[in-house]
Amino acid sequence: MGVAKIDKAWKQAVAREHPVKRPLEDGGRVSRKAMEMDPPKPRSRLARIVMAALRFGIPPLLGFALLVLVWMLMAEHSGVPGPVKTWESALKVFAHPFYDNGPNDQGIGWNVLRSLSRIAIGFGMATAAGIPLGFLIGRFAFLSRMCKPIISLLRPVSPLAWLPIGLYVFKAAQPAAIWVIFISSIWPMIINTATGVTRVPQDYLNVARVLKLSEWKVFTKILFPAVLPYMMTGMRLSMGIAWLVIVAAEMLTGGVGIGFWIWDEWNNLNIAHIIIAIFVVGIVGFLLDEVLLMAAKRFDYDGSGS
Amino acid sequence: MSDHVHIENLSKVFDTRKGRFVALRDVNLSVREGEFVSIIGHSGCGKSTLLNIIAGLNEATSGILLCGGREIAGPGPDRAVVFQNHSLLPWMSCFENVYLAVERVFGKEERKTDLKRRTHAALDIVGLAHAAHKLPREISGGMKQRVGIARALSMQPKVLLLDEPLGALDALTRTHLQDELLRIVAASGCTTIMVTHDVDEAVLLSDRVVMMTHGPGATIGAVVHVDLPRPRLRLGLANDRDYHARRTALLEFLYERQGVAGGEAA
Repeated sequence: MGVAKIDKAWKQAVAREHPVKRPLEDGGRVSRKAMEMDPPKPRSRLARIVMAALRFGIPPLLGFALLVLVWMLMAEHSGVPGPVKTWESALKVFAHPFYDNGPNDQGIGWNVLRSLSRIAIGFGMATAAGIPLGFLIGRFAFLSRMCKPIISLLRPVSPLAWLPIGLYVFKAAQPAAIWVIFISSIWPMIINTATGVTRVPQDYLNVARVLKLSEWKVFTKILFPAVLPYMMTGMRLSMGIAWLVIVAAEMLTGGVGIGFWIWDEWNNLNIAHIIIAIFVVGIVGFLLDEVLLMAAKRFDYDGSGS
Repeated sequence: MSDHVHIENLSKVFDTRKGRFVALRDVNLSVREGEFVSIIGHSGCGKSTLLNIIAGLNEATSGILLCGGREIAGPGPDRAVVFQNHSLLPWMSCFENVYLAVERVFGKEERKTDLKRRTHAALDIVGLAHAAHKLPREISGGMKQRVGIARALSMQPKVLLLDEPLGALDALTRTHLQDELLRIVAASGCTTIMVTHDVDEAVLLSDRVVMMTHGPGATIGAVVHVDLPRPRLRLGLANDRDYHARRTALLEFLYERQGVAGGEAA
């Protein structure tokens, strides 16, 4: 087909799609018709809700449907429980999430809560130590040069490599797991806070200099609020790591916790429960991130995130 | 009244990787109390550097610098600066931004109610009493700059330093704010030094316009006295012969004696 032909066909197609409006031709008859065809007709509220549902609700549902389909296919061939079997099993698990039959047999609710409490302690201590450290490193170039090589060396270490040290020092599983959370989640908070401090706009610091604000005022009124968004990013990254690590750490240390629960179910060869646990871990991790994201939006001063 | 700001043989040399770079040399300038002086020149001539040195944010390499008879050593609230990009703290409301300055300057002697009254008064002068509780992101660029001016004025400085205060604004807002600035400065009677690259702005607002030569090694090339009567009105000046004579003098200096192709002074 020649170029001219394509061009003509295209123009015709466009003309069909977008009829040219000639308001006063044909005594206004055409014009009224054209107006009826105007695209920006005010849609009813229901129509708008339906449109939004189509645009934002359908794709995720489709994604999940695909996931379930792949899962079903794989279950057919591998012997892993399929969606239906897992669902039935989940109903039983969640019927009594908080039962307690002694230290080795507790409901999934208890297990998740115990994991979360370990995270709260480990992550809390990492925050308490990492953020002030980040401020110091960001504020003093000497400290920065001193600590940067150490951080670069220790940060890439696999979290579980710290576990034996913790077990040896604390002689107990519980503090060792917390120690692993602490040491693996502290780095992003140090690094991000330090970066934030070095990126405080010079303008803000000039304001502080012209006003001759005291160090304390500079910190509370300028430095801290300016660094907060960076800190929040660091905390989100750290929380992600902490939640990743806790499962692995608990598998090794035992006790009550979602990681231990998974290992326990593996020993029972209850694969359906393991799949349930994977979903629980995913959902809880998602919720933790959402909570921190909401907190971070609160400190988005430019209003771009809201 | 004696010189309020006194600069003698000031020079500024930057040590760069390529060696010494002389930014300013032999700068001599005296500003009387209550005077409005503009510093104008092509970009890169070091006019902002000069202002920063007066503010104390930059250090001069050599020369004498006095403000109110005392040597300038570092920044201080007696020399309030309005920065080009407003520099409001985005996590504070307009009121809080001004209050931070008021509290710092008067917090020791005055009670909280007085500090608040001062803050409201400063916002009132720039016509933003209604926006006191708003955050900087919720107001326009021109309003932000006015809050910056209010913050500077609220400190009752000996000298008000304006670093291209209206440079980042669109033409209409800028014209409007020039008129505002004319009124505000007249009301406060504050000694003012303003850096600008806008010829009309300089003539409209100033008692004297200081014109800088090109860098490197920039210095004061000429000074134009603008002895037009005050209060000045933009429309009244549009056909004023004296006004145009000053304007032409500035343009001639900037384009003929210091001319560069595509200069930004227009």
